[in-house]
Amino acid sequence: MQKGNKSGWYWLFLVPFIATLWPPFYASYRPTLGGFPFMYWYLILWIFLVALLSGIVYFIDNR
Amino acid sequence: MLFLLVTILGFSASRWHRGDLNLIEEWGLAGRRFGTFVTWFLLGGDLYTAYTFIAVPALVYGTGAFGFFAVPYTIIVFPIMYVVIPRLWRVSKRHKYVTAADFVRGRFDSSLLALAVAITGILATMPYIALQLTGIQAVLAVMGLAGHGFMKDLPLVIAFIILAAYTYNSGLRAPALTAILKDILIYVTVIVACIAIPMQLGGYGHIFHVAATTLAAHKGAMILPPKMYSAFATLALGSAFALLLYPHAVTGSLGAKSGSTIQRNAALLPLYSLALTFIALLGYMAIAAGIHTKDTSLVVPLLFIKTLPTWFAGFAFGAIAIGALVPAAIMAIAAANLFTRNIYREYFMQDEGPNREAQVAKIVGLVVILGALLFIVAIPLQYSIYFQTLGGMWILQTVPVIIFGLYTRWFHRWALFLGWLIGMVFGTWMAAEESFKTSIYPLHLGHTVILGYAGIWALVVNIIIAFVFSIVFNGMHLSNGQDETDVHDYDTEPGKEVAQ
Repeated sequence: MQKGNKSGWYWLFLVPFIATLWPPFYASYRPTLGGFPFMYWYLILWIFLVALLSGIVYFIDNR
Repeated sequence: MLFLLVTILGFSASRWHRGDLNLIEEWGLAGRRFGTFVTWFLLGGDLYTAYTFIAVPALVYGTGAFGFFAVPYTIIVFPIMYVVIPRLWRVSKRHKYVTAADFVRGRFDSSLLALAVAITGILATMPYIALQLTGIQAVLAVMGLAGHGFMKDLPLVIAFIILAAYTYNSGLRAPALTAILKDILIYVTVIVACIAIPMQLGGYGHIFHVAATTLAAHKGAMILPPKMYSAFATLALGSAFALLLYPHAVTGSLGAKSGSTIQRNAALLPLYSLALTFIALLGYMAIAAGIHTKDTSLVVPLLFIKTLPTWFAGFAFGAIAIGALVPAAIMAIAAANLFTRNIYREYFMQDEGPNREAQVAKIVGLVVILGALLFIVAIPLQYSIYFQTLGGMWILQTVPVIIFGLYTRWFHRWALFLGWLIGMVFGTWMAAEESFKTSIYPLHLGHTVILGYAGIWALVVNIIIAFVFSIVFNGMHLSNGQDETDVHDYDTEPGKEVAQ
């Protein structure tokens, strides 16, 4: 049963799908950050977030 | 000179973590021993190749924001990898599966379904190997090294002979070791290019500004226009699933030493996505630098020549060329594994011993590499690109068989086969309708038109057919074969309680 509880965390992985596969969230030029239009820095930010998310789930999985 | 180093590394790889290279598990999967570090380079090498280095900036240069589908694609691929691939790894380790088709055969007791998966994999991989060469060709063209007639292809032929020889000799160990060198070169190139070029061009803000203005004049767009939303999202989603099921990605994953090695990698591999994003931005830098070319595959080499010191441009070109060899080798090995395990052994030589099997795989590896070389020398480049577009679509049609198969055996094997067949035909038909120029197909639903990735449309049809016919066939009590795997094979890390 322990396994099942941990796998529940896998639902967290749905978040990056929704966040990056729904362009209306990010298809805009402003606000810019360091010269990067919003669409670009938003997607770059998600690269870090998905790495962090996988790391967290890995940590929980192997606790 | 860099090539020389690669060659030496490739051959000495056979000594590394020595195993009996006369066994297919050793040659084709390096004995499933790669730790987190090597697997990271090996899978990273799959993810972005010389072709990516050339094609992604070329697409961004031509269309703008749409080319950035590569970024969400390489973001969502990691959650999928984290959840799905360790299951495939565990069951493959337990039952000594070398390919995804091996798994399908064991799970569904159907050599026909396994053959379908194997053929799809080989068909999709061949043009992909050929396309790696376009990276080398583009670099050579810009360096002015491209000769005429036979000489034109000579450097390519040499590169491929090296590739073929070391793959034959060392198996998966060769690309694994060279991948480390290759990626160090590529990371250095990307970091330097993404700092030095913007400094010259007046900063990222200026680059985006110039690119936005220029793109607007050429039907491109810096920000994704609403009518492209669905095409962008479906292409990213489809590409992510396809990437993981490509035979070379499966080979790279199964070469890992444990399921958690793969999961650790899912958390570490996004560094490659970051590099890929900056590689894509090279497309905008080229616009801002005023690069004009009809042949978009030359965008990156031309940009490097124009904005970087000659010696560093040379270094970068070497990195791109070597970047072509590593994935090409993994792909050749993956195709050889598929052919040997799922076609040759299944249909020609059922009683051969394991040594014979590895021998066949090595020879097939050579044939695949030579075939790819012929492909690129004899067939116009455009066809390779068409095939590559089709390849991704085809691979995607194995999602129900492999990924659903990892979770449930509810689907009937014949229903899955029908779904695959119709998905393949339908996908190819849609691509033909678009004259193979694009993988985006406008779906007409009543009066609304939805632009989307044809591979996803075909997959939807595939899944519906597999679902409906599973109900029919299960209802008819048609035999669904004997499953040789067990529920625990998927969840439990082998080796923890089974001594291997």
